[in-house]
Amino acid sequence: MLLQQIFNALVLGSVYALFALGFTLTFGVLKVINLLYGFYFAAGAFGALVAVQGLGLGLWPAAALGVVVAGLAAVVCDSLVLTPLRRAHAPELSSLIVTLGGVLLMNSLMQMAFGAEVRRFPVSLLGQEPMRLGPLVVAPLQVVIVATALVLVAALFLVIERTRLGAAIRAIAERPDTAALMGVDVTRVVTLVSFVSAALAGAAGILIGLNFNAVHPYMGEPMMLRGFAVIIIGGLGDIRGALVAGLGLGFLEVMTAGYVSSNLKEAVAFSALILALWLRPSGLFARASGRRA
Amino acid sequence: MDDLLWAYQSLFYSLGTNAILALSMFSVLQLGQLSLGQAAFMGIGAYAGSLLTLKLGLPFPLVLVAAAAVPALAALVVGGPTLRLSGVHLAIATIGLGEVLRVLYINTDWVGGALGLSGIPRRTGGSTIFGLLAVLLVGFVLATRSKIGRACEAIREDEDAARVMGIDVTAYKMTALVVSAGLAGLAGALNAHFTSFISPGEYGFETAVSILSYAILGGVATPVGPVVGAFVLTLLPEVLRPLHDFRMVFNGLIIVLVVIFLPKGVLGFRARRTG
Repeated sequence: MLLQQIFNALVLGSVYALFALGFTLTFGVLKVINLLYGFYFAAGAFGALVAVQGLGLGLWPAAALGVVVAGLAAVVCDSLVLTPLRRAHAPELSSLIVTLGGVLLMNSLMQMAFGAEVRRFPVSLLGQEPMRLGPLVVAPLQVVIVATALVLVAALFLVIERTRLGAAIRAIAERPDTAALMGVDVTRVVTLVSFVSAALAGAAGILIGLNFNAVHPYMGEPMMLRGFAVIIIGGLGDIRGALVAGLGLGFLEVMTAGYVSSNLKEAVAFSALILALWLRPSGLFARASGRRA
Repeated sequence: MDDLLWAYQSLFYSLGTNAILALSMFSVLQLGQLSLGQAAFMGIGAYAGSLLTLKLGLPFPLVLVAAAAVPALAALVVGGPTLRLSGVHLAIATIGLGEVLRVLYINTDWVGGALGLSGIPRRTGGSTIFGLLAVLLVGFVLATRSKIGRACEAIREDEDAARVMGIDVTAYKMTALVVSAGLAGLAGALNAHFTSFISPGEYGFETAVSILSYAILGGVATPVGPVVGAFVLTLLPEVLRPLHDFRMVFNGLIIVLVVIFLPKGVLGFRARRTG
């Protein structure tokens, strides 16, 4: 029983980590709390759903399409709303407010386009019977979810730590003006980062959509709250922290639902967030020095 | 015919309560703080007020005081740690409050569960609502034109500089937050005591963003702005019926357009004092 719960927690937590990773990456580089991120999450899921139902694609091509849809949506939204604000050197709060209006706008538009009801992937897509591994019952889909999330997270780490692009991203996160002076094409890298982080959100949306087999226009809203909890607990802009906090939140939620009450599950992320703000406002792995926004 | 009158009467009343909600948002925004918990605070006030009326039969003025005090306390618990952090943190801390409370209301039988509370006696009318609104508006105008207003402006423009000038930034932020949550709770209780029915789903994210859109449209140069914003955005969907179905799209669009085309007009400008 406990082992089963731990496995379920790993499935959920790895998707949370994936979602929060992109979220914290955008913050680290763009210095913007982007609430549209919840929309990209849903856009990925809907992209994949439409690809499966409308175009008759298989799981993997449909997922790839969904991820690209989410990424492109971010590039478009960024150039329409966030770039003008960045050029005008608007206060940090303005970009938060604009994405807030944006997410209300986009979610409502999505609801008009697809309807408010919960839509489902065809059962045939979700694969075979669950396997028994000793005491564990494991659906093949769950293995796919964990594996996909882990591969994406690892790939992101490699890119950021090991490549020239990663160095450019870290330089921009540190000081965009200096990075530009050093010859980094800031506009290009920023666009790329917003594509990649929204693609991660889209991927998380597809995985959550598959896991619960439910896709609807407002699915991003509860996820945003979890994303906030994870990035605050992990530390704003801290990628390693987001990974640990994402897995931790999945664990706490599954354990609360399993051993306390499933109703309280929804309150876990919020309580953890408020507790973190009281106790460790700069995140789990905060450095002692240096001012963080 | 009675239905029609009732519909317009409730529209008229909601102009007043929405204006109070807009002022509650102004209270934090003028310091460069953003609260996304205004709908949740409104809900706490509505539930606290209705329960006190229904279960204890308290007199209405006492109910209103309690309906303002309870959300103010909640705001201190949730927003307290963010007072020393940037304005963005308050938004992050409060964004989930509405959703968590919704789940809590639904699963708590003695607050009516998923059905909400009905049969709340009508205790309020136009004179109470608009009288309170007028008093609050005058209070805010006087405050913004005093030393308090200049301190708020200084904090909004540059928190560190304001602190160096000897302004107790944390105390100002805490007061603004408490006032803000209290007013939202007051509006919630007023609202509950003329609609006579409240349900858990009314105080979510969309309501929070709508409240923000009143303040954004009106601007925070003067407290009159948010009140006008609330009037316009409450009336518009009623006057232009086709707009009604697209209310959320419209509110979202308003926020996006105002922030982009008047970026300094929303938060960054130096407030012109109205004459």
